Amino acid sequence: MRKIKLLAFAFLGCGALSFAQQYFPKNDGVTAENNNYTALTNAKLYVTPSEIINGGTLLFRKGKVVAVGKSVNLPKNTVVIDVSGKSVYPSFIDIYSGFGVEKPEKMKSDGRSAEFNASRDGFYRNDHIMPENEAVAKFEYNDTVAKTLREAGFGVVNSHIQDGIARGTGVLIALNGAGNDGDRIIDDRSAQYFSFEKSIAKKQSYPTSLMGAMALLRQMYYDADWYAKGTIDTKDRSLEALNKNKGLVQIFEGDVKGNVVRADGIGDAFGIQYAILGGGDEYERVADIKATNAKLILPLNFPEAYDVSDPYASGYVNLKDMRHWNQAPANPKILAENGVAFSFTLHDLKSPEDFKEKLMKVISYGLPKTKALEALTTVPAQILGKSTEIGSLQKGSYANFLVTSGDVFDKETVLYENWVQGTKNVVNDLTLKDIRGDYNLSVSGQTFKLSIKGEAGSPKAEVKQDTVKLKSKFSYTDGWMTLSFATKDGEKSYRMTGLINQTSDELSGKVVLPEGNETVFKAVKTSPFSETNKKEKEEDTPEMVAVTYPNVGYGYTSIPKPQNTLFKNATVWTSEDAGILENTDVLVKDGKIAEIGKDLRGGKAQVIDATGKHLTAGIIDEHSHIAALAINEAGQNSSAEVKMTDVVDPEDVGIYYALAGGVTSLQLLHGSANPIGGRSAILKLKRGESAENMIYDNSPKFIKFALGENVKQSNWESHTRFPQTRMGVEQVFTNYFQRAKEYEAKKKSGEPYRTDEELETLVEILNGERFISCHSYVQSEINMMMKVAEKFGFRINTFTHILEGYKVADKMAKHGVGGGTFSDWWAYKYEVNDAIPYNAAIMHDQGITVAINSDNGEMIRRLNQEAGKTIKYGGMTELEAWKMVTINPAKLLHLDNRTGSIKEGKDADLVLWSDHPLSVYAKAEKTVIDGATYFDLEKDKQQREAIKKERNRLIHMMLKEKAEGGKTQKPKQDKKEVMHCESGVELFSGR
Amino acid sequence: MKKTIQAIVLAIVTPWLGTAQQTPAIPQSETVVIEGATAHLGNGEVIENSLIMFEDGKLTFVGPATTKIARNGTQIKGKGKHVYPGFIAPSTSLGLIEINAVRATDDQDELGEMIPHVRSLIAYNAESKVVESMRPNGVLLGQITPMGGRISGTSSIVQFDAWNWEDAAVKVDDGIHLRWPSSFRRGNSWEGEERGYQPNEKYQEEVTEVEVFLKNAKAYGDGASEDMNPAFAAMQGSFDGSQKVYVYADGEKEIIDAITLTKKSGLKNVVLVGGYHAYKITDFLKENEVPVLVQFTHNLPVFQDEDYDLPYKLPKLLVDAGLLVGLQNGAASNFQTRNLAFYAGQCVGQGMEKEKALQLITGNTAKILGIDENYGTLAEGKSATLFISEGDALDMRGNQLTHAFIDGREISLDTHQTELWKKYSGKYEGDQ
Repeated sequence: MRKIKLLAFAFLGCGALSFAQQYFPKNDGVTAENNNYTALTNAKLYVTPSEIINGGTLLFRKGKVVAVGKSVNLPKNTVVIDVSGKSVYPSFIDIYSGFGVEKPEKMKSDGRSAEFNASRDGFYRNDHIMPENEAVAKFEYNDTVAKTLREAGFGVVNSHIQDGIARGTGVLIALNGAGNDGDRIIDDRSAQYFSFEKSIAKKQSYPTSLMGAMALLRQMYYDADWYAKGTIDTKDRSLEALNKNKGLVQIFEGDVKGNVVRADGIGDAFGIQYAILGGGDEYERVADIKATNAKLILPLNFPEAYDVSDPYASGYVNLKDMRHWNQAPANPKILAENGVAFSFTLHDLKSPEDFKEKLMKVISYGLPKTKALEALTTVPAQILGKSTEIGSLQKGSYANFLVTSGDVFDKETVLYENWVQGTKNVVNDLTLKDIRGDYNLSVSGQTFKLSIKGEAGSPKAEVKQDTVKLKSKFSYTDGWMTLSFATKDGEKSYRMTGLINQTSDELSGKVVLPEGNETVFKAVKTSPFSETNKKEKEEDTPEMVAVTYPNVGYGYTSIPKPQNTLFKNATVWTSEDAGILENTDVLVKDGKIAEIGKDLRGGKAQVIDATGKHLTAGIIDEHSHIAALAINEAGQNSSAEVKMTDVVDPEDVGIYYALAGGVTSLQLLHGSANPIGGRSAILKLKRGESAENMIYDNSPKFIKFALGENVKQSNWESHTRFPQTRMGVEQVFTNYFQRAKEYEAKKKSGEPYRTDEELETLVEILNGERFISCHSYVQSEINMMMKVAEKFGFRINTFTHILEGYKVADKMAKHGVGGGTFSDWWAYKYEVNDAIPYNAAIMHDQGITVAINSDNGEMIRRLNQEAGKTIKYGGMTELEAWKMVTINPAKLLHLDNRTGSIKEGKDADLVLWSDHPLSVYAKAEKTVIDGATYFDLEKDKQQREAIKKERNRLIHMMLKEKAEGGKTQKPKQDKKEVMHCESGVELFSGR
Repeated sequence: MKKTIQAIVLAIVTPWLGTAQQTPAIPQSETVVIEGATAHLGNGEVIENSLIMFEDGKLTFVGPATTKIARNGTQIKGKGKHVYPGFIAPSTSLGLIEINAVRATDDQDELGEMIPHVRSLIAYNAESKVVESMRPNGVLLGQITPMGGRISGTSSIVQFDAWNWEDAAVKVDDGIHLRWPSSFRRGNSWEGEERGYQPNEKYQEEVTEVEVFLKNAKAYGDGASEDMNPAFAAMQGSFDGSQKVYVYADGEKEIIDAITLTKKSGLKNVVLVGGYHAYKITDFLKENEVPVLVQFTHNLPVFQDEDYDLPYKLPKLLVDAGLLVGLQNGAASNFQTRNLAFYAGQCVGQGMEKEKALQLITGNTAKILGIDENYGTLAEGKSATLFISEGDALDMRGNQLTHAFIDGREISLDTHQTELWKKYSGKYEGDQ
């Protein structure tokens, strides 16, 4: 045995030289290549996760596998290493690494004005697009870090510069400490990387938002295509690089489940299938993730339990986060069950040392070990298109493998060696003998009890004389043991050392007695070490709480489905000419309003006694910012290229609040940071569904425009972006629309043209295919906007806010524009000085279609009351007041043929109220969308109890985790900002 | 015909255009009699067919219309209408800031952490257009309160129809406002922290600062200090009970700490303001006899897992537990204060009786602020500060004022906003 070890060391010495050195001149000796073979024999050999050979042989030479099998003919010049009883696995691969490539330094912000232009010449117009970056150019091998990765079992990593939106190419590196970069670099253009995150080193403000990043990526691809056609005279090294990198593997940093879907959507539009870095929360929406067909790269950075011992503090932790702590380790298992392919990464782990513990957790949650091994070997190799070289031990592959004491996914298993490119790296000494056990130690006629226990590789010792425990020190390294212990009186000590005998259980060696005389000691084993005294922390399959839709408090156990329902004997507010009908029945069938009348029969439909209650159409909010991950793309004065549909947040708790206030549909508008904002998302609040399913089918197309203080940036420190005055605002519009006209003309001419998403959107407006909802306050700008539209031959659809609409209501009526306004807001800035609550009534009286809207996550749940205020201010009739939150906004949104009133054939978007719906006393008892119930007062009550119980259960689980020594984190809450028009505008101005 | 109406409207409106506020009413010269209205007394009681009379600014009779008593003076028919005591808005910076986004109009938050000597009254803009807009909704009195800092300053209580702050004052320097530290804080995204809540490591330190300040203020008052310390001097009324101490706290821990420490420091008359989680420790508050100016109802739950309607029912939970409760909306924009009635109305939907809900913005608030001798309820001998509404004033549909009186003076219900309404209505009527 010992001999083998020495041989192995000898091999290790020349292993480095054996690699690809043939054509280098050698001046420090004579050229001498090592062409010997090495064989590991009698191993449990995992050629692939599913091909396992017991007693197999792995033969390799010059870093690559030559043969593998049960019986392999060993050439004569083979160094044979017998690894009986040991297992051999392909070493692991991490394809989302930053190894050896430094992240750029964060730019220092002066906290003031934003940079609107790119800082570079000869590159793309946006600094965050850097496909020309090559990780290999920055690569510097660091063996200290490599060692930590090898100790975690990794042999190959794919590294890239983790900065920017387009990040350039990665480099595939073998963690071969003995070789040089010529050996290690397997591929210097291994993949191309992308993300939604801006460069931390660049100041250019665009994009300030997620939807802006998405639009930028889309435009980048259009531009690359345009550039490839050779129609641009100047050189753009970014686009050139992007085109050059086209054939590579494309990897995208998603980071959360929603972004996995977003990234995939961009890929789909341009015929690219990204492999995507996940966020670990994909289990919450497996079906959507599976539908992407993307291979995932999964981090294992599961959250630590919250320290919930202080009940006040624990109140800050949301159920959502407690659940994620409990459920996240099941993510790989659930994805595997659903046939989603994934690899694992160390990305976002505090240290590679945590890797095994996290991996054990995944397996304890039920991930099959084969899948785990695939995720670390074959899948990453496949993603990179390198299956013949890495990820398995088939012939021709790199000899990258692990030697372990057993099942690599077993907690007790010891990783002995991690070989990279045929070079051995010792993690734990394979030859080290397990000397743990109880011994009778005889020294110069005296007998002591010696007990060696703890870890086999670094055991501890306890020495007793009779029953008295003696102070002792013990070490066991490199095959030698040393022990010293005090005499009973503690005055003097025995010191001894000995080389461990590989074939005998006896320990022996030299001892220095308390008086200084030297003699020999002998320890005879009386009983072997047993783990029984070790605390049994048997890993049961962990308890997992149920996932809901969405997976937050008050989530549904399953996505609500339409139900045929008969509302009996209600006061029905039709929002139609039919007015308010007493004692009337409404039958809902297949998600539609089937019948309105008296004494209806519903067949098998569930019957709801609505006696004394009021049934109305669902409330529609023309101007909302709930259910969004971002509101403003503030990096440019026009952002027509961005889409709010890209950033719908179907998990926003605000959706539940809105449902509880009787809201069924809304327009999610871009904010008011720029004159030309982004395209709207029009949503049905079908909570529990995916973002995609909440967006209206065949949705009318809308875009947000804005005027006044926000677009000229009056209320924050920004003095460099055009426009700074209302005068400039007009010029922005005329300039853009003129350009859009020219763009369309060019497009129609048949000449080649560069696809421009921003101008495409403006062309839609010119052609009447997209409608404008324009944020507006004072009469001058309102008038201007209408004149600009008229000049370009289209009509403004809606003025939103429109607080001085009452001053130009006649002109508005003539133009044919509608108004969506606040009931009574004013005084919050200078331009609302003349805002009056009578505005809605005056505009209505002038024949304008008027809606009352919220722009606010709190007010949205009381829009019925806000409509009620139009009775107080301006004397609206109840019927007309109610229309202002139902059919009128439906008309403004071009949805009035589908929703907004109770009419046969329309979508069953209904609310059952406890009281007169315009009254402050009314409560929504049921909110129904397309015939499915999304809010139910009774169910809400049950949920409150269920949440209390579930929180309690999870708190106890976390307390247990803490008590058992698990790591914890401080209680915290990731509170989402309640969004409004101006959300996100300050992010780039530095305030 | 329409032209004539327009001319009349303009004739009425024109003289006032351009002025900042309606002209304050002259003192009551004649007895006013309101007969037949439903009188909501603000103390939980209601008189269906009532008779209300007032003279020289004081109520001389409040009772059933069936009472045989002489009715002299101006008669107002109240049949089908409702009479309420003027609503009181506590803890508001009305008149200290006009337009939120215009810094020049902002006088609500002075520099400094412990500045009880800073007084709101002298900065109160009696001609504020925002203040004026309170009146058509029945909000006739307010506690004008400095904002920000730890001890923000000293408030005063004013009525909303006056030529200047001096005339507006109802109770000068009524209390100091102490904003308790939070044991959790929002992350600062500019410093790379997550935006959510995280433990405030400095909480205890901040509490100690308050404690040290209070101890020093007390010692200053006990001794005969040669040098004037304005901050310590301004605290003395809190120790002798002549001024109230309004402590702003929302969490359980913060409330318990705040009440315990302020009492221990010798502060008398402590009022809790905010009290978001006060409903969890009502026994503690009762034991300590602490009234609550609870946050307004038109709010979102602070914690995701809480009942969606917790802000709606919060006042009810406290009232049901036997606490003295008023409503304030200090955390909202000032223009919102005119919705005070609807904040109270919201509680009715949660099962609170209407008259009890009314107390939250009238009788209870007056008691908490210490102005109940004159204001907050309709009772003989008290100030005739009241209004008449066409309907239920706690509901948007019914809150339609026909008359309002402050100390018996009939005030204008016109505002900058009603003027613009009339002006532009006139424009369109003229067009036709």
